[in-house]
Amino acid sequence: MLRYLVRRLLLLAPILFGVSLLIFFWIRALPGSPAESLLGERATPALVKAYQQHYGLNKPVYVQYWAYLKTTVQGDFGVSVASHRRVISEIKQRFPATIELALAAMLFAVFLGVPLGFVAAKRHGGLFDHLSLVASLIGISIPIFFLAIILKYIFAVRLAWLPSVGRISVLIDMKHPTNFYILDAIIERNWHALGDVLKHLILPGIALGSIPLAVVARITRAAVLDVQNEDYVRTARSKGLPPVIVDRRHVLRNALLPVSTIIGLQTGLLLSGAVLTETVFAYPGMGSWLRDAIFNRDYPVLQGGILFLALVFVVVNLIVDISYAIINPRIRYS
Amino acid sequence: MRGIVTRLVLPFVAVAALAAVGTAGGASKALPTFVFAGASDPTYLDPALVSDGESFRVTEQVFESLVSLKPGSTLVQPGLATKWGSKNGKDWTFQLRHGVKFHDGTPFNAQAVCYNFNRQYNFTGAFQDASATYYWQTVFLGFHHNASSDLSPSLYKGCTAKGQYTAVIHLTKKSSSFLPALVISSFAIQSPTALKKYGANQGELRNGTFYPTGTYAFSHPTGTGPFKFKSWTVGEKVELVRNASYWGKKPKLGRVIIRPISNNTARVQALQTGEINGADLIQPQDIPTIKKNKNLKLLNRPSFNVAYVTINQSHAPFNKLAVRQAIAFGLDRASVVKSFYAGRGQVAQEFMPPQLFGWTNKVPKYPYNPAKAKALLKKAGLTLPVPIEFWYPTNVSRPYMPNPKLNFEAFSASLENSGFKVTAKSAPWRPDYVKHVNDGTAGDINLIGWTGDFGDPDNFLGTFFKTYSPQFGFHNNAIFKILSQAAAETNYKKRIKLYQQANVLIMKFLPGVPYAHSTPALAFQKKVKGYTPSPVGTDPFSPVFFAGGQ
Repeated sequence: MLRYLVRRLLLLAPILFGVSLLIFFWIRALPGSPAESLLGERATPALVKAYQQHYGLNKPVYVQYWAYLKTTVQGDFGVSVASHRRVISEIKQRFPATIELALAAMLFAVFLGVPLGFVAAKRHGGLFDHLSLVASLIGISIPIFFLAIILKYIFAVRLAWLPSVGRISVLIDMKHPTNFYILDAIIERNWHALGDVLKHLILPGIALGSIPLAVVARITRAAVLDVQNEDYVRTARSKGLPPVIVDRRHVLRNALLPVSTIIGLQTGLLLSGAVLTETVFAYPGMGSWLRDAIFNRDYPVLQGGILFLALVFVVVNLIVDISYAIINPRIRYS
Repeated sequence: MRGIVTRLVLPFVAVAALAAVGTAGGASKALPTFVFAGASDPTYLDPALVSDGESFRVTEQVFESLVSLKPGSTLVQPGLATKWGSKNGKDWTFQLRHGVKFHDGTPFNAQAVCYNFNRQYNFTGAFQDASATYYWQTVFLGFHHNASSDLSPSLYKGCTAKGQYTAVIHLTKKSSSFLPALVISSFAIQSPTALKKYGANQGELRNGTFYPTGTYAFSHPTGTGPFKFKSWTVGEKVELVRNASYWGKKPKLGRVIIRPISNNTARVQALQTGEINGADLIQPQDIPTIKKNKNLKLLNRPSFNVAYVTINQSHAPFNKLAVRQAIAFGLDRASVVKSFYAGRGQVAQEFMPPQLFGWTNKVPKYPYNPAKAKALLKKAGLTLPVPIEFWYPTNVSRPYMPNPKLNFEAFSASLENSGFKVTAKSAPWRPDYVKHVNDGTAGDINLIGWTGDFGDPDNFLGTFFKTYSPQFGFHNNAIFKILSQAAAETNYKKRIKLYQQANVLIMKFLPGVPYAHSTPALAFQKKVKGYTPSPVGTDPFSPVFFAGGQ
């Protein structure tokens, strides 16, 4: 297990190097530069030239890449062209916001998807099963952006049950030692703030969690159908164990294995979906930040932000692989 | 199974319970809180180092300049200076207001004024980057020691403090356009003590981007304004509190919160839900929604922009006046403004808005007249239809041009009726449309425009026509000369006359065809009173109050 872990960790370096190359050249393949994007009508030829010189964009690409690699390895992602703030400081501020949102979406997907899938499997071929299939198809096919707008319009604008924008009400004063607002509220014992933060997570969490919910429900259903016909389940039943115990100890535990794989794979989807969800809800996370950076051709933000998310994606998948062994002790890595 | 369901449902119940706790209102304050939304966070809160509207929205409340603008206009009125004047146009004397204190308790006086101007004049290294000191370089051109040969010699020469309350600013040459420019927040007076204490003059260029390394610009902005800085949480809000010791009329608000909401629709929806009390940058498509809502209202920002059609005279036959006149008569400007500006535009007769001094109604007019256009083309010896390459930008909506494609299509049709054969060309606004326009490579004619930075005609006419530019491709010494003369003239009445003459000259010469001034919109809850939008976007929040309480 330890050897496996070390090998996977060592693999991180070439993966991240490859990602850094891809990001660097992809960004430069985009037409235009920060100068034209930021200056607008004021983009006189002299100013554009001055900007190009300042950013070193007039140097050969390999020289630019080498300079970028050197600073990145030292943990310095540079300074945003648009906001003039250090990229690493923005990541510290925004990444916790996206993590909270992704967790909310994942909780929504798992806590609703697993029981839905389980009940659908138990009532295989029945009305509930068919309904859940239709709901899952809708969940997968409906664009996140559209769902987010609809949810917001109904529950925030029309019914005024939930807030429409942001991460916390601006009238609440709270210190942010960790930038994880849920944690911050708990540390400060500010329950009013905690409630407010959770309220701000409900609509974006549901919008972002809709696709994972459908996927988790379908995978759970398929896995439960598979597992409940296994010999060990039949043996458990024939031993006279109550159905609840059989379901919990034997069926669900084994059926959750593919679900945990899906959770890892859904991380990428959640991060990309966050771009749209955060934009609709003006939620100050990594997604809305990267969207603005693409419009501004903000090279340092795109390079730093995407590389950081790639690192997160790889690490999450590693954690998921390790978690297999915990959920199912029969799995051993070598 | 019941156990599993219970375990699955419990977290949601807990979330709902905590969320319900969150519905309780915030702590009540004696004076109300005004929440306003812009499009993004400020860049910094040191006004000398910023040039964007979102930063100025905050710094305008915290800082004050020597002169200010009469609310809702571009007329200069006293600010921290009560009187000013110059006998020779080079040495400007400012009589300062007595008894004013900075938020840190230190006194405002002539030494503080000189410290602030000298600070910018003596900027070196990274601070001379255009991304750091855009407005200093726009108004005063250069520094004491220019680091780059691209920078011009400075218009600023020095500052003398004569006693506590008289400051004299010395210029290297006559200038009058610098006075209206002083209203820009970049020239606001900041506390010298705080600037020194919190390292305001520390900064560096990282990968080509200017970055202040002291804490002043992020957490210690200190001015004399009606509101004091309290906190800034990036992505969330900037919070200001009432300055109880303010020298002028004290604000009726206890605090002001300015929050960034970049998505236009989200900004309007936050207004509908009451999460904010006011919002800027309302898009034309959202105006019907606001009008229909009985709790909301719209306010107009006085027009301070111009949309125009460039004519590139380096391309024949557009160097002929008759052909340019034919273009002017061939553009159906009234229909475009009526059809595509949602009732929020007026036909432009010249290259600057009517709110500015120097505007005149005596310029030649060019109403849509296809027959006259055709006759002019024939008179110029051309065979009809005359080919013309017409460029417009895509993927963009500008305040002066909400939908460029619709403008283009209508103009294109009216030009074809007037003896031209249009070849359409478009380019995305980002990255390179503006570059093509500025380089003079955006066809024979193109759609573009300008939003003013400060209340002086030099910021419009001077920007376009004071010297040769590849965009327009002409040399006209009469126009160049009169605009330089007008920028230097110190007599206000003479300046007005010079700019009026310049406008007539320009509209006779027709380097382009101005076609629209639009009126940007802001939206508020109906109970918000006292807000007066400024043409240049520097709206003071201190007169704002809530009718009938918050």
